Amino acid sequence: MAATINKKIIHGIYDDEVPLLEACNKLKTAGIKIADVFTPFPIHGIDPIIGVPRTRLAICAFIYGLTGLGLATLMMWYMMVSDWPTDVGGKPNWAYYFNIPAFIPISFESTVFCAGHGMALTYLLRCMLVPGAKAKNPDPRTTNDKFMIYLELNDEQATKADGILRAAGASEVNYKGTITETLAY
Amino acid sequence: MHAESQIREPLILGNKTYSQITDDIIRPVEGKANKYWYILFTISVLTFIWGLGCLSYTIGVGIGVWGSNNGVDWAWDITNFVWWIGIGHAGTLISAVLLLFRQKWRLGINRSAEAMTIFAVMCAAIFVLFHTGRVWLDYMLFPLPNQFGSLWPNFNSPLLWDVFAVSTYFTISCVFWYIGLIPDFGTIRDRAINPTVKKAYNLLAFGWGGSARHWSRFEEVSLVLAGLSTPLVFSVHSIVSFDFATSILPGWHTTIFPPYFVSGAVFSGFAMVLTLMLIVRKVYNLQAYITVKHVEYMNIVIIVTGSIVGVAYLTELFISWYGGVEFEQYAFMNRATGPYWWAYAAMMTCNVVSPQLFWFKKIRTSLVATFILSIVVNIGMWFERFVIIVPTLCRTFLPSTWNMYHPTFIDIGIFTGTIGMFFTFFLLFSRFFPVIAQAELKTILKISGESQKKESAAHAHEPAPTHAH
Repeated sequence: MAATINKKIIHGIYDDEVPLLEACNKLKTAGIKIADVFTPFPIHGIDPIIGVPRTRLAICAFIYGLTGLGLATLMMWYMMVSDWPTDVGGKPNWAYYFNIPAFIPISFESTVFCAGHGMALTYLLRCMLVPGAKAKNPDPRTTNDKFMIYLELNDEQATKADGILRAAGASEVNYKGTITETLAY
Repeated sequence: MHAESQIREPLILGNKTYSQITDDIIRPVEGKANKYWYILFTISVLTFIWGLGCLSYTIGVGIGVWGSNNGVDWAWDITNFVWWIGIGHAGTLISAVLLLFRQKWRLGINRSAEAMTIFAVMCAAIFVLFHTGRVWLDYMLFPLPNQFGSLWPNFNSPLLWDVFAVSTYFTISCVFWYIGLIPDFGTIRDRAINPTVKKAYNLLAFGWGGSARHWSRFEEVSLVLAGLSTPLVFSVHSIVSFDFATSILPGWHTTIFPPYFVSGAVFSGFAMVLTLMLIVRKVYNLQAYITVKHVEYMNIVIIVTGSIVGVAYLTELFISWYGGVEFEQYAFMNRATGPYWWAYAAMMTCNVVSPQLFWFKKIRTSLVATFILSIVVNIGMWFERFVIIVPTLCRTFLPSTWNMYHPTFIDIGIFTGTIGMFFTFFLLFSRFFPVIAQAELKTILKISGESQKKESAAHAHEPAPTHAH
């Protein structure tokens, strides 16, 4: 039987991003894991402190772009060269490279189309942002002017974290019940 | 976080707090519209309906109800198409190019400029879709397998490039705009009291919560989309100019068309943004966020792009003389002194002379002057497209085909109808969507806000911190 552990959910609320960053730094030094941070706007430089890895969305966009380029090339080659070589002034298109300059604009547009839409869809799905999804912020004030550190900690760490949050100037420290986590071996 | 030099003027006036920014920007969405909004909306909707009537009449009777004829087969339709698509270039330019250049002043205006882009491209689409004559067959523009055998669109044709360019531009602009709107919809959802309103914005907000991971991805997506949109915005109007430049008509067959069209597009687009922003900041009390400094920056862009357009006009004239081709020389003589000389004169005055007035600081920081000149610029840019299209086509190689073009009542109706549609959509947007990207605007409060500037001015006598940023 797997062992279970009870964790407290703590919301550390700040009125400004400066004390929030300070608290994050101190929690990191104390070895306390920050589950998430909810803020009204992007805070620069917070990612390495709370352990958010660099997103790979740009790599995705590059791959989608190459796909778009490939699809456009295949389409134009099939339609203009393979299926029906258009005869312009007695000069049918026998090979794709013959008039490649004419194919550049659409190759470019298709690259951008697939890269942009593919990346946007990946972003939305990766963040589970779908129409009508339940709001992901635990406290509605964090989309206005409050900054929140969200912690899930056991009793011993919770006491330590509470002190750090308050010392850094939290305007509120709220306890929002507990969750039971099954320990994995 | 670094603070900007106090020598630069603040981009957010007044000692605003984060919650004041939210209040100022979201309040117009939450409150009731005033009577000016209703008056403007009624006029716009009526004009829009009038345009729809003219379009229905065109479908019912046929394209012969337009003034286009056997010589001048492109006329108001393509003039209006190019005019609208040009206006539609400012939005992406502001949000993409200015993002890549880290211009913080874009944050006051990018949201409305992007909305304007989308609506302008929709207006442009009406003209290209209907000028084909049988709008119900427009699906044949796309490379679809069909019942007639191997009949594919011609990928050598700039007109087909245009189909791909404009549709890519439109959809990518919509995505860019919506991804930026999601956090702001989240804010409206979290503030909403009325359950129906809350439900509606909950649907639009896609469950946004502002988690650090999501913000990190949000910023990456914005940056990459900006990187993709920047060449896109230049490609779209270059391709629009290819519609003319790859033809063999004197006056159209010139290699300067792509840069000349792109700068013309930015020029008219910024003018339209100014027209709209000067109204929006007044009606919604956003003077603290869309400041005189913002207006001045935009006017500087207008001087630069307007001057490029002016140089292009003069280059065209010079080359037609220097090139020594009679047909080319005649085309330009005809533009300037032919039957449509008044259109050429209007274009030259509005596009070459009027933007030069912005060299005077008094004029470029005056809201009244800017408002008037922004409208003058757009009139001038409409005439530019008219001058390129109509005088060229009414005097082609065969003198027996020479004839004049006169717009019909239907032509005028459709054009005013698209203006009605543009304003209907813009008014609805400004009523239900936040007109400023408030979440992103908050990121510059401590860098470019007035209170920060005052604070750093107060500490100006202290030695500068030794660590580099």
